[in-house]
Amino acid sequence: MRKMKSSLLVFLAILLGLVGCGSPAQPEGGGGTTTGADEVTINFMHLWPAGSSAQHNRIVESIISEYEENNPGVNINVDVLSNDQYKETMTVLASSRQLPDVGLTWAAGYMTPFIQGNMFTPLDDILEGGLGESFIPGTTEAFAANDTTYGLPLELNIAPIYYNKNIFAEYDLDVPETYEEFKNVVQTLQANGVIPITVGNREPWTGSMWYMYLADRFGGPETLTNAINRTGTFEDPALIQAAEEIQNLVDMNAFVRGFNGIGNEEAKGPFMNEQAAMYLMGTWELPNYTTNEDVPQEFRESIGFFKFPVVEGGAGDIDSFVGGPGVGLFVSENSQVKEQSKEFVRFFVERWGERAVTDAGVIPATRVETGELDLPDMYIEVLEELANASNITLYADVQMSAAVAQTHLDLIQSLYGGDITPEEFARRHEEALAAEQ
Amino acid sequence: MNRVMSNKFIISLYILPALLLILVLIYIPIVLTGYYGLMKWDGIGDMTFIGLDNYIRLLSDNQFWRSSYHSLLLAIFSTVSLLGYLTISLILATKIKGANFLRKIYLIPMLLSSVAIAQLWLKIYHPTNGLLNSILIAIGVNNPPAWLADRNLVLIAIFIAIIWQYAGFYILIYYAALKNIPESIIEAARIDGATPVQIAYRIKLPLISGVFKVTIILAIIGSLKYFDLIWIMTGGGPAGASEVIASYMYKNAFTMYNFGYGSAVGFYLLLFCLLGTWLIRKLTSTKDEIQY
Repeated sequence: MRKMKSSLLVFLAILLGLVGCGSPAQPEGGGGTTTGADEVTINFMHLWPAGSSAQHNRIVESIISEYEENNPGVNINVDVLSNDQYKETMTVLASSRQLPDVGLTWAAGYMTPFIQGNMFTPLDDILEGGLGESFIPGTTEAFAANDTTYGLPLELNIAPIYYNKNIFAEYDLDVPETYEEFKNVVQTLQANGVIPITVGNREPWTGSMWYMYLADRFGGPETLTNAINRTGTFEDPALIQAAEEIQNLVDMNAFVRGFNGIGNEEAKGPFMNEQAAMYLMGTWELPNYTTNEDVPQEFRESIGFFKFPVVEGGAGDIDSFVGGPGVGLFVSENSQVKEQSKEFVRFFVERWGERAVTDAGVIPATRVETGELDLPDMYIEVLEELANASNITLYADVQMSAAVAQTHLDLIQSLYGGDITPEEFARRHEEALAAEQ
Repeated sequence: MNRVMSNKFIISLYILPALLLILVLIYIPIVLTGYYGLMKWDGIGDMTFIGLDNYIRLLSDNQFWRSSYHSLLLAIFSTVSLLGYLTISLILATKIKGANFLRKIYLIPMLLSSVAIAQLWLKIYHPTNGLLNSILIAIGVNNPPAWLADRNLVLIAIFIAIIWQYAGFYILIYYAALKNIPESIIEAARIDGATPVQIAYRIKLPLISGVFKVTIILAIIGSLKYFDLIWIMTGGGPAGASEVIASYMYKNAFTMYNFGYGSAVGFYLLLFCLLGTWLIRKLTSTKDEIQY
């Protein structure tokens, strides 16, 4: 009996108490130290393990060793975590004021509590002197609050629809430019037993991107953003129509079976096995269709991408994208070695821009001269689309605060699952946003 | 020796290290959790004292009650499944062929971590290439359900995985208890002409009733605070259809940055578990245990 009680208590202690008392469980991390006159240690935490993000990891390693070579006496102490673990660790470390000197953060809504809690230090001073101009406009703004920049973005992504050219050719289909054509494509594929679209909506941010595109094409680039920042409303007819269209697509069996129960990685399966014809995903997937040697070349060559089709009579144009910067670097406000950390961050961003393109096939947030580089065609096409983009709408769940984002993601699952009507979908968003104020 | 042990000071000295550990690791966090529940706090910035607001708001939070209902369902389901485990143990404890082998089979899930078990069952339940649906399609079912995506089936699908996960644990407990019964009692019954079913029902079961009670409490408390498999397999989805109290607590505290509210959920969970334990003790208390 006593044993049971204590096992329950241990459970609670682990889940909640851990963060509460903090220090006994978290001896790691913390501000870097200055030992002696010149020896400096900068703690750096990132989320690209050598196993799952080999190319990213290698670039980080080489940038660090280059920096250490150029700056004798500076040691960069690296801590690597996987994506989900990283987010949790950030929360735990922040609550005990033990953030690493330099780390990675996501933009907008994710970083707001950290900024309000005075965890990140302003980085405006390192943007001066030319570095600021090297960023693609709009990317640093996503990491800013009250005109102060707290993070420097490393990546910029847009989300095109990837499609299998072989499947399209087999059923004599053209790349759709209007939504009507798109629905015809879906119907033809469906009638021939091919999965039209694969989506892993157990992670509803994937389903959210489809909704965001429809919202953009019906209502134009501002409608969704305005609804989130409260100058507009989710009960805007265009947004309700977008929700309705999602349910129409579900009714047409446009999406892979059981989409609400499979994750994004699993959802990739049918696309990579040529069972599904289309897959809407960020450009971080590009290496899989261009340079990744683990994917058969034949398959890589059969993949193309197209822009989300326009809706007739809708306000959105075809060059408007869903996307935004990925992670960015921050420097901790409580760091003992703030100046050295900032110097490192500046060096990192400069080097990253050059290396990300050639070594990892990642699109950096800084401008790239592609002229003299030998890059895969699809990569260059994406860069061109990016240059021509009329608008990039930041992912809805990143724009929202953490609590509203969770509501949004739950509602997206309900919408896809047919549990709620488009009107209720809009109303519940309104309620969640209103409760925030 | 007796002199030492009757010295109050020495006694407290011996107890002290363990007491301190329990205090620091268990009781203080509990009190802190209750205290954080009184705060509006995102877990990062400053706390604001808001009194009992979180606790009161929870009482009218539909998603919280829905999660509690799911946890309760799991508790009932786990308790009922104990009968299944017991039956298997009764069979394994008799001298049937291959009992040794079967016992090992049932124990295998205990050797796997929850993450591995979750991955395994994710593969089984996969809507298109999953083992389960492949079999269903092979025997002529046209439209097998997408188990984890279907809000009506997701709970039962996960419950089955949990039952499988814990089978070995409970069977081991029952098996050990059954093996403890002196052979002479069963021998005597057999000579008196009792059938195996009679022996099981009239002799073995009453003799292990104490163990059975303990397992009921284990199952119920374990179910109320159940978390890992559900979190990995569905994250509480689709749209909250498999949310339980612990996952709701976690979501609030760590993904929605509502640490105060999450703490309040955690405190309620503690109360539910204590209440559950107390109820079962009341319901199953008998005047005297049967001894052998």
